[in-house]
This record gives sequence, C-alpha cells and structure tokens, in this order.
Amino acid sequence: MTSASAVSTRPVLLLAEFETPDAIIGAAEHVRNAGYQKWDVHTPYPVHGMDAAMGLSDSRLGWIVLACGLSGLLAAVSMMQWMNGHDYPLVIGGKPPAAYASMVPIMFELTVLIAAFGATFGMLGLNQIPRHHHPVFYSERFEACSNDKFFISIEAEDAQFDPNATRAFLEGLTPSYLELVEEAEPSPAGHPASRAEGMR
Amino acid sequence: MSAVHPIGGPIAGPIAEIGETRLLPAHLTPALVSEQVTSVTERPARWGWWLYFGISLLFLGVLAVSVSYLFWEGIGVWGNNSPIAWAWDITNFVWWIGIGHAGTLISAILFLFRQRWRTSINRFAEAMTIFAVICALLFPLIHVGRPWHIYYTLPLPNQMGMWPNFKSPLLWDVFAVGTYFTVSLLFWYVGLIPDLATARDRARSLFRKRVYGFAALGWRGSHRHWRHYERAYLILAGLSTPLVLSVHSVVSFDFATSVIPGWHSTIFPPYFVAGAVFSGFAMVMTLMLIARQVFGLKDMMTLQHLELMNKIMLVTGSLVGFAYATEFFVAMYSGNEYERYAFTNRATGPYWWAYWIMLSCNVLSPQLFWFKRWRTSLPVMFVVSILINIGMWFERFVIIVTSLHRDYLPSSWGYFRPTLVDVGCFLGSLGLFFTLFALFIRWVPQIAMFEVKAILPGAQPNQHRHRVERHEPGHHAPPALASREA
Repeated sequence: MTSASAVSTRPVLLLAEFETPDAIIGAAEHVRNAGYQKWDVHTPYPVHGMDAAMGLSDSRLGWIVLACGLSGLLAAVSMMQWMNGHDYPLVIGGKPPAAYASMVPIMFELTVLIAAFGATFGMLGLNQIPRHHHPVFYSERFEACSNDKFFISIEAEDAQFDPNATRAFLEGLTPSYLELVEEAEPSPAGHPASRAEGMR
Repeated sequence: MSAVHPIGGPIAGPIAEIGETRLLPAHLTPALVSEQVTSVTERPARWGWWLYFGISLLFLGVLAVSVSYLFWEGIGVWGNNSPIAWAWDITNFVWWIGIGHAGTLISAILFLFRQRWRTSINRFAEAMTIFAVICALLFPLIHVGRPWHIYYTLPLPNQMGMWPNFKSPLLWDVFAVGTYFTVSLLFWYVGLIPDLATARDRARSLFRKRVYGFAALGWRGSHRHWRHYERAYLILAGLSTPLVLSVHSVVSFDFATSVIPGWHSTIFPPYFVAGAVFSGFAMVMTLMLIARQVFGLKDMMTLQHLELMNKIMLVTGSLVGFAYATEFFVAMYSGNEYERYAFTNRATGPYWWAYWIMLSCNVLSPQLFWFKRWRTSLPVMFVVSILINIGMWFERFVIIVTSLHRDYLPSSWGYFRPTLVDVGCFLGSLGLFFTLFALFIRWVPQIAMFEVKAILPGAQPNQHRHRVERHEPGHHAPPALASREA
C-alpha cells in the first residue's frame, strides 16, 4: 500500500508481529543479541521469561515503595506526636496524651497508604504513562496486541537502526507481518499527521 | 530470582492422580476471552439488565428520600435511642465493610498463594469491595447527625485550634477505612489498565475510543512496562493483605476497647475478620451466579470456581461458629456476672430470635457444603449464599443491639425497634450498591482478561527450555501452591 502524499514522512519504528509466545520470546532473544537498545516487546499479557530474553534488569519499584512507606510511617508518628502530645494535649482516661501503643493502628494505615501511592504512581512514573500518543498506535494492526498477538518494535532512533538492514533482520525472524511505521515530519504550521505503511 | 512472574506463576499441569482437572475449558483462546468479556460492554443491554438496573435505581431513590428526610429532621427519626445509641446504622456499616473483605482476599491473598482460579473472579470481587465500602462509609457519615461536620474526624487545621483524639478507636476507623478504600481503588484500577486497553482497541465508535483510551492511559502492552506493572501488582497485593486483616480488626476495636459486656473481648479481631471473609464470599457468590447466568460467562466462571468458593465459605463459616462457641465458653469461664448475663440474654432474652437466625444461617447452612452434591448445586449455593448474607447482618445486629439494650442498671434497659427511615436507609444502601454494580458490569470488563489469558494452556513459552537454560530452581513451586492448571 503506497500513497502519494505531499507531506514528507520519516520512519519511526519497525513493527513485527508474531503469533505465539514461543515465537516472540525467541525473536526477542535475537533482537537483544543483535545489540539493539531502543526496542520493545508488546504482548497481551506478561510472558514468562521475557525479562531474561530481553536482558532487562530487575524492577526498581520496590525501593520507591520502601521509601514511600517509611515516609508514611514517619509522617504518622510526627503528626500524632505533635498534635496530641505537643500542640493540643488531650488527657483522656488518665492516659498519657501521646503514647505509642495507641498510635500503632494509624502508623500502620498511613504506612500502607503512602506505600500504595508509591507503588501505583511509581509504576506509572517508571513506565512514563499516561502517554496517549505513541508511534505504535499509528499501526492499525497493532490493535491486536491487546487481544492475542505479539509484537516487536525497533525504534528508528536506535543507533543501529537502518531501514533496510533492520527490516531484513526482522524478516529473518519470520514474523507473520512486518510494518514500517512512519510519521509526518513536524511542520511549522501544526502537529504532524500520521501515516502507516503496511509492507506485508 | 529475576523471572518470577506473579500473575502467571509457574505452570504445572493438573495432577490427575489426585483428581485435578483443567480449570478452564480447552476451547478457550485469548481472542475468545476478549470477545466474551468485552462484548458485554459493547452489545446493547439485555432486558434483564434494564430490569435489574431499574429496580436498583428505585431503591437508590429510596435512599435519597430517606437520607434527605434524615438530614432535614435529624437522627431522631431513627429508632435508636439511649441506651441503644448504635443500632442499624452501625450494623449496616460493619456488614458492608465485611462484604468488601472478600474482594481483597480474592485479589490479594489468593494471589500471593498463587491460587490461579482467582483470575476469573477477582475483578468482579474487587469491584464489589469498592462499592461495598462506599455503602459502608455512608452510615458513619449519616450517623454523626451533622454530616457537614464530618471533617472534624480528619486532622485538618481549624479555627478552634483543636486536633482529633488519636487515642480513639473511632478515629483509627477513619484512617483504616479511608486507607482501605483508597488502596482498593488503586489496586482495582491498576488491574484494569491492560483490559481497558483491550476495550479501547476493540472500540469502533469515537466515543468509546476516547473514553476507554483516556482511561487506559496509553497502555501498549510493552514488556518494559509489564516488568514494573507486575512488580506493582505484587507489591499492592502484599500491602493489601495485612491491610484487609487490619481493617476489620480496627472496626472490631470500636467494640472491643469499650467496657460493655459482650463487646469487651480479645477474640473480636480474628472473629470479625473471619466473619468478614465469610459474608464477602457469600455476596460474591450471589452476584456471580446472577452475572454468569445473565451474561453467559460460564466458560470462565466454571462450576469448579464456585465449588472452591463454597469450600472457603465452609471453612470461614465454621471459624465463625467456633468463635460463637468460644465467646460463650469465655463468658461462662470468666466468672464475670455481667459477661455471663450478656451471653445468656443473647440466646434466651428478648432478642433470642435474632440470635437463632444468626446461628442457623451462619453456622448450620454452610455445613451443607461438606457434601459435593450440595456444593456443586447452583440452587443450593444461591440460597445458602443469601442465607449467609442475612445471617451475617444479624450477627452484627446481635453484637451491637443485644449488648447495648441491657445497661448495668435495669432502669436503663430498653428495646430497639427500627423505624421506616431505618429500613429505608438500609434498603437504599442495597440500591446504591446494586446500581453501582449494574453500571460496572455494563461499562467495565468484568473479568480480568489479561490474567485469564496468561494462564490459558499454551499461553506461556515452553517452560522446559527456559528452565533448563537458566537453571532456576525457584520454578518448582510446591504442588500445593502451584498445582491449579488453566
């Protein structure tokens, strides 16, 4: 499918579709071994062993959550000590105004609350989402990714990317479909129009 | 241990020797999962849904009228009066909070135990949690009498220069339930993101594309994302597990830290948690039986799922029965006259009928599930699940009202009778719950599609090859934890 268009376009990524989890994990290993850096695997559900196949390190999210949890704990203790122990001491039932024993439930709850915020927003932050625009969405075929198809995308920004050589390399992995996704050059007049070109 | 994938977990086949069978039917494919689940939100609603939604809306209207009248007149229009200052309102609060607990149990605790059958029901149960907690939060709010002053319970700077009393269990409750609601909502939404992306990609109308696209946050199934996503899910499950145990414990502190005979008891936290899980599972069961019938999701919510849930109800129901027995034993053994009177009075006093409804619904009815014949019978489990919901409501009623109606001085004894506004508020809260649920099943994928896809046969790469390559002993989980095959 080719179309004559006045708008000049540039390639942004190559998208290869695979049918099975075995095929995608094998292909991912090849892409990693070929030395690409800016590439990704897109799957409808998490595939086992993909971290190792892609050569990804362990997620750092746990450290973010730990820091958030400790902040929550510290915030709870200092809030209750200051409010009930210092700023407005309340003596009820002859008990000390601020005693740690009675603070335990709220210390726990605030630790969990802030840690959960850390887990959710830390995950979104590490993944850099929400991001509603991404070149993979230019491909109509990519809609199957959230259903039952598996994709590999190699970005044109990768140092090793070459439209012909990378396409030949991906063809060698026997994908069921291969597509060069293009984007209009940004024009001073407005935001870029998009165009996808199916190649197989 | 770099490659532990919590959502899928290691795949071990069904162990035929001990009678295990496939959990999901063999013809189920990932595409079929997307189709069956998402199409519920795409097709025009069936008349059954409209009927259900209409009735729910009617009851929501009852809530609006009851609460408006209550706000206009004040809480004197309820039947509670000294000495029974807590009655249906707090009963409803504890009951609704308890119902929410099953959702978190299914989504978090069963997840940590690698019970993969949870994937078909967790979305559903989590939604139930959120709606149940909304209904629960309504009751303390309207019970304070001046709901526009509810912010006094929060540590907000104010013109009086006062701070809340953090030594009060009622304030712990504010934090516990508030945290529970927030964390449940985050957990639910995080779990929804990939499925919203599926709904977005299937959408044909611009409106649906925009709405689901906005909510899916631009999810593109990237494995670089899945890596953090799965970790976030695992951590949220790990956080929710102690949280859910703490919430009903804190709710029980409202009673246990007082000096009322019948409330002042150390058994309350575990007893309340067991009861909460029990009633929550019963509510999930009631709703699931209706939804799988109406929407034809029997491939994913199989009889085996229902049977496993019945087993959990049998266990937790028996735990609750054991707690009832322990309470009586302790009352007798303590030698405390007031304590002993409180319990004798529960079973034989003016509220004897409530006590025996509670006992027969909660302890006796789940005993049917000892027999496979009953625990795999749809009508039986439907009736029992409703009986359990009734019984657990009466449990809270018995604990609250029978303990309060006999004060230390006989001159301060009383008897609680609900008014029409009491009934309206309770039935109205059911309307709120079912209205939210009706909207949920029409708009949101009600089964966690990506989790079901991940445990389908053949969904994961050939395990043997990768296990041998990486020499990871961790993949051999004990069969008790990882034996459920898709």
